[in-house]
Amino acid sequence: MLTIPSYSGLVLAGTLFLIGLLGVLLRRNIIFILLSLEIMLNAAGLAFVVAGSAWNQPDGQVMFIFILAMAAAEVSVGLALVLRLFQQVKALDVNAADEMRG
Amino acid sequence: MYQFLWLVPAIPLFSFVLLTLLSGSGISKRVVAVIGVGSVGISALLAGLIGINFLIAPPPGHIYLQSLWNWMIVDGFSAQIAFFLDDLSLIMMLVITFVGFLIHLYSAEFMADDDGYSRFFSYMNLFVGSMLILVLADNLVFLYLGWEAVGLCSFLLIGFWYHDPANGRAARKAFIVTRVGDAAMAIGLFLLFDHLGTLQIQQVMRSAIQQWPVGSGLAIAATGLLLVGAMGKSAQVPLQIWLPDAMAGPSPVSALIHAATMVTAGVYLIARTYALFSLAPQVLTTVAVVGTVTLIIGGFSALVQQDIKRVLAYSTISQVGYMFLALGVGAWSAAIFHFMTHAFFKALLFLAAGVVISRLHHEHNMYLMGGLRKRMPLVFWTFLIGAASLSALPLITAGFYSKDQILWSAWSSELGSPLLWIFALLGALLTAIYAFRMVFLTFYGKAQPLVEELSPIRPPGWRIAVPLVVLATLSIGAGFINTPETLGNFPLLSNFLSHSLPQAQLVSSSITLQLILQIVAAITVFTGIGIAYLAVLRSPQIVERIRATSAGARLYKLWFDDWGFDRLDNEFIVYPFVWLARQDKNDIIDRFFDWVASLNRRFSRFLGQTQTGRLSYYLLGLALGAVLTIALVVLR
Repeated sequence: MLTIPSYSGLVLAGTLFLIGLLGVLLRRNIIFILLSLEIMLNAAGLAFVVAGSAWNQPDGQVMFIFILAMAAAEVSVGLALVLRLFQQVKALDVNAADEMRG
Repeated sequence: MYQFLWLVPAIPLFSFVLLTLLSGSGISKRVVAVIGVGSVGISALLAGLIGINFLIAPPPGHIYLQSLWNWMIVDGFSAQIAFFLDDLSLIMMLVITFVGFLIHLYSAEFMADDDGYSRFFSYMNLFVGSMLILVLADNLVFLYLGWEAVGLCSFLLIGFWYHDPANGRAARKAFIVTRVGDAAMAIGLFLLFDHLGTLQIQQVMRSAIQQWPVGSGLAIAATGLLLVGAMGKSAQVPLQIWLPDAMAGPSPVSALIHAATMVTAGVYLIARTYALFSLAPQVLTTVAVVGTVTLIIGGFSALVQQDIKRVLAYSTISQVGYMFLALGVGAWSAAIFHFMTHAFFKALLFLAAGVVISRLHHEHNMYLMGGLRKRMPLVFWTFLIGAASLSALPLITAGFYSKDQILWSAWSSELGSPLLWIFALLGALLTAIYAFRMVFLTFYGKAQPLVEELSPIRPPGWRIAVPLVVLATLSIGAGFINTPETLGNFPLLSNFLSHSLPQAQLVSSSITLQLILQIVAAITVFTGIGIAYLAVLRSPQIVERIRATSAGARLYKLWFDDWGFDRLDNEFIVYPFVWLARQDKNDIIDRFFDWVASLNRRFSRFLGQTQTGRLSYYLLGLALGAVLTIALVVLR
């Protein structure tokens, strides 16, 4: 059976995480920020799965289930906040909500 | 009957509390008037009954002492809540309650359209109650309580129409200027207690006579300090500056301050502690000189005012000056007699002037009135009687008998001198001129456009008319209770007061001389009225011509500004004080704290700049922090 070396899996997870982080930092549309957050979560989940398979332990996949559940909860709260933000500032641009700036 | 004495001050005070508590509950003005006027009415009735009792069956030694409870006992010092009734405080009490009641009755109608009706009556009741405490107090601490409360009430009532900042300023000025006197008086009380060990008035006088020789330094210091206190409250030069501004209050307040309460407190204090003052003849002479200077200065200032209430204010200053003159020459009962007649005619003048002012839509300027004689007959006649009494029109008015007694004492008393008499006579001339100038300007002559416009003028209702008529009657009749030797020799009041105040020591008692002086005084009064007639009605152009000259203009300005006392005070006290306060604000210690404050401010502004409101910056900070932490853990 062809096995993917854990090295490649971790590089992929790191790359995904970096893409997600850059998306969070650079995007201004709050929906895309939430999307990028999901990518980061999935990157972390991938890292867990890879590590679990490397050590032949099921814990990595258990952690991934946890992460999925948490991501679902986060999205529901996050989308509710997005709705509130949109009602408040009539835009999806996060920088529009900078009333508290120093 | 005497055991009800405490109720006399207690009822107005109770009514004050009641009105204050009820003020928010939306009670009708009718109820407020019944409570406010009724309380002082009952108080006056009780005072009258006690007075009758006092005449028929005087208490032993003509003194009745009612101790209620111990106020404070501190290490050998005790002060009681106790009322002391003798002939002097009885007269004061009667005048205060009775004139106070009439003024309250008048106010019930006069203030009817005011929003602060209940507030007004609660303050007025407190005023009367405090003044009664002042005159009935058995010790100087209790007296001081009334003294301060009177000051507080004057502040509240002068600033009654507080929406106008000028009224608030006038109220503060009255409060602060009288505070100068009060501070001196407090120090005087400390001195008395320190050396005599008591503040009970009769004991103070008794032990002072035993311990201090006549003219001793302590007696001079103590009485001097009391005198400054009296000068502050009684508006004597140089502390008279608050009184003209006190006209900012409603007219009944002016009447109450000038006639029944407040300004006579100083006169009462000196008469009450007469034995102390007798120990310090120098201070007594100062009292006489202060009174004389004040009566002249007040008289000249009253001559040129245009505001009818300001004329009355300066005339009060001047008339209280007469009382001080009488006290200063040792004619105690003459001072109290003049206090009494003055209370009647000055209350009358203020109340009548109040009607004029309110009917002319709050116009105070006499030059805009004129011709009111036919339009307001009742007010005209009562005002005329008041003015005649003020200017001491011979034989028929009360003012004549009281002022004559002062003039005679000023000449013939041990401490008096013909010089004082001459100045007092000059004051009488001025009084007659300004009193009738007021009458002629307001009621005679051609009606000014304002008056024409507002005619016909609605006559006052009974609650205003009754006080005016009663006070007018008293302004004439009250003089006959104390007539001089030349005119019936019926010194009822002097004899009555002789139980608590010694008779004036007269050097000369020549009846012929007295008669001559009286005739001179009478001629002076008529001369004054004649001058007023000439200057106002007959040929005002003469006055205009004098005013047009540079000296005349300068004199006019000087008198109009009350001899520049206000400016003097500003230049020498207020501005230096403000300057000092400003210097103090910028001294080196404050610099340090300013520096700390500015450092904090700058740091906060710097930190504030980091809060950009950009989500990405915050997240970047978060990410960098996470990287840094992980790096620290991994690379360690």
